[in-house]
Amino acid sequence: MHAVETRLDQPAGLRGRERRRRDDRLVGWLFLLPVIVGFIVFYAYPTVRGVWYSFTDYSLLNDPSFVGGENYRELVGDEQFWNSLKVTASYVVVNIVSQTVVALGLAALMHRLTRSVVLRATLLVPWLVPNVTIGLLWAWLLDPDLGFVNHLLGLAGIDATLSFTSPAWAMPLVALVNSWAYTGYTALLLYAGMLQIPQHLYEGAAIDGAGEVRMFRSITLPLLRPILALVLVVSLIGSFQIFDTVAVVYGGKPPIPEARVIYYYIYQQAFTYFHMGYAAAVAMVLVVILGVLTTVQMRMLRASRSDLG
Amino acid sequence: MSKRKRAGSALLCGLLVSTALAACGGSESGEPANGQVTLDYWLWDDNQQASYQACADAFHKENPTITVKITQTAWAQYWQNLTTQLAAGEAPDVWTNQVSYYPQFVANQQILDIQPYVDADKIDLSQYQEGLADLWTKDGKRYGLPKDWDTEAIVYNKEMVDKAGVDLSDLTWNPTDGGAFEQAIAKLTVDTKGRNGLHPDFDKDNVAVYGYLPEWNDGSQGQNGWGELAAANGWTYLDKNPWGTRYKYDDPKLIETIGWYKALTDKGYAPRFDKQSTLGIDAVMNSGKAALTIAGSWTINTYMGPDAKQKFALAPLPVGPVGVRKSAINGLSDAIWAGTKNKDAAWKWVKYLASPACQDVVAANAVVFPAIKTSTEKALAAHQAKGRDVQVYVDYTKTPGGTFLLPITDHGTEISQIVQDALQAVILGQIEPAEALKKANQEVNALFG
Repeated sequence: MHAVETRLDQPAGLRGRERRRRDDRLVGWLFLLPVIVGFIVFYAYPTVRGVWYSFTDYSLLNDPSFVGGENYRELVGDEQFWNSLKVTASYVVVNIVSQTVVALGLAALMHRLTRSVVLRATLLVPWLVPNVTIGLLWAWLLDPDLGFVNHLLGLAGIDATLSFTSPAWAMPLVALVNSWAYTGYTALLLYAGMLQIPQHLYEGAAIDGAGEVRMFRSITLPLLRPILALVLVVSLIGSFQIFDTVAVVYGGKPPIPEARVIYYYIYQQAFTYFHMGYAAAVAMVLVVILGVLTTVQMRMLRASRSDLG
Repeated sequence: MSKRKRAGSALLCGLLVSTALAACGGSESGEPANGQVTLDYWLWDDNQQASYQACADAFHKENPTITVKITQTAWAQYWQNLTTQLAAGEAPDVWTNQVSYYPQFVANQQILDIQPYVDADKIDLSQYQEGLADLWTKDGKRYGLPKDWDTEAIVYNKEMVDKAGVDLSDLTWNPTDGGAFEQAIAKLTVDTKGRNGLHPDFDKDNVAVYGYLPEWNDGSQGQNGWGELAAANGWTYLDKNPWGTRYKYDDPKLIETIGWYKALTDKGYAPRFDKQSTLGIDAVMNSGKAALTIAGSWTINTYMGPDAKQKFALAPLPVGPVGVRKSAINGLSDAIWAGTKNKDAAWKWVKYLASPACQDVVAANAVVFPAIKTSTEKALAAHQAKGRDVQVYVDYTKTPGGTFLLPITDHGTEISQIVQDALQAVILGQIEPAEALKKANQEVNALFG
């Protein structure tokens, strides 16, 4: 957005320079071509098809027949749909809050205390593990019968079963497992953002007698805001798309209703029940929700402007 | 639909000129070229791929112009792959079919009606186990020939049962007090202090070994437990089977049965739902944390094969209020794709698969029980030769009323989820059995409009 504006603001240059700029644009488009083709084939076209399917009755095996808003009407009264939205929302809250808070803390520690490359690399390790492996790993660790975690809890005399089959624990556990996997990565993004904050601000604050906590609150947080906003938007969207962990920790079987997230519901409608049209309608609703959430977040956090000025 | 897809793939092929041109021919492999035909055949059970490869080789010897190419895909992906291939018009010529999934394909005209072939070739349908051939018929059309079958039995940890001194060979059961079956389960349950379930000081909150490990992830059929006991209590799934449209999940006979299961978990004889392992029944059985479970004959190699970590043995299911032991009998078949270009060759292969020639080969490998009665006997002998006593699985088929069929209806996968969710809520104590099942039954029957 910014770059375009500056360019338009520029005073009209010499004719020659203008022509050259046009040439650049042509070459630019040429370079963009592979991406645009990919975008059209793999994003735009399927999206348009998806919109169309959401207005049809389509079982994958028959030809789609137009049913108007029937799928959407059905959605409104679909308990399972509302339940999976609720489940997903609670997942997002637990996941994003825990992940961002811990990541922010880690990033601040890295920024102010140590700049060890080894430490930074170590933080990334869980993020490097494939999600399916993470799911399997935690499915074993948290198994109520054979899992190590519950064995430890038992030894400590705690009579709580942390398991994916427990209605109370299922969703928080899935959320925390994913926070565990992604915190390091988020921390690194935030850390990169912190590196952009001029060092002299901290020096000045230190001379004025500010402590670390005060500096974090008054310098780091406000100046990190655009990065934080970006990280939040990206991880929020990513968080809504929770699917793999849920699909894996239940051993390939459908998760319990308390953990049946919206993506799993879409998948189930599409590929278990073969209600392609209905699944497309659910997906469209999700697109709208994510669009609204992103806009609201960007606005609230004034993400495209930095206080660095 | 499929024409548009073809045009698309032709375009893609044109774009990818640098890749081997031969690849663009891909889907045409089934087309007869100089009289040679290649049939694509799909199955999911990797334990059986070798048996069917042997069948395919023998078949090729008899029919030198037909080659069968076998593709094995794991169960979890099998139906998705098959459905997408069908949608793309690239399905296998012949595939292994299952009762819960095939109504969907019938409804969409994807399976070839083989009744005319069966009539023309005078296939003897009485050679198969009773009832199996009828599973694959609808409105006078036939969508497959029986391939194999399975029943259920009690699988128990031999060491634990011997130690507890219980006899599982002739149990009785009723939903009120659980009969001798519950007594046996109670005796086999041991708390962390070594007291069994009948001891007055038995600590149900600290159980080391559960007497019975029920399969709760068992969809709408309860094939590995509650379905059998409910049937032994006189319950039937629906108005008529196959192709009924009114389910009876609100029947008191089923409600009683589920109530008994719930009571079992309350007493500490079976794990609570949220304390049940997600790693599968066999993982828990192998870890020695449960004494018995109910499992199908397809798990023989899991529990009695060389990889089992405990010594397991089999016992027949208990006799219920109806007076006989009841086991679900379920079968597979082979379906021919309605869109195949090689109908006659595909029929020849399906006929061969359903003949003693192939089923005896399958029998000799002692994995499943083939559908042909004489081949079943051969499979039994093959198991005995390996030192496994699996007779109990076959016995049900020899008692009148000893087996019942799993429901074959439309909407199978959706019903499965509805009933599964309802039963889970009951076992978790969130809702009473009667209320949950009544609500589930309404939802299920609403699907049929």
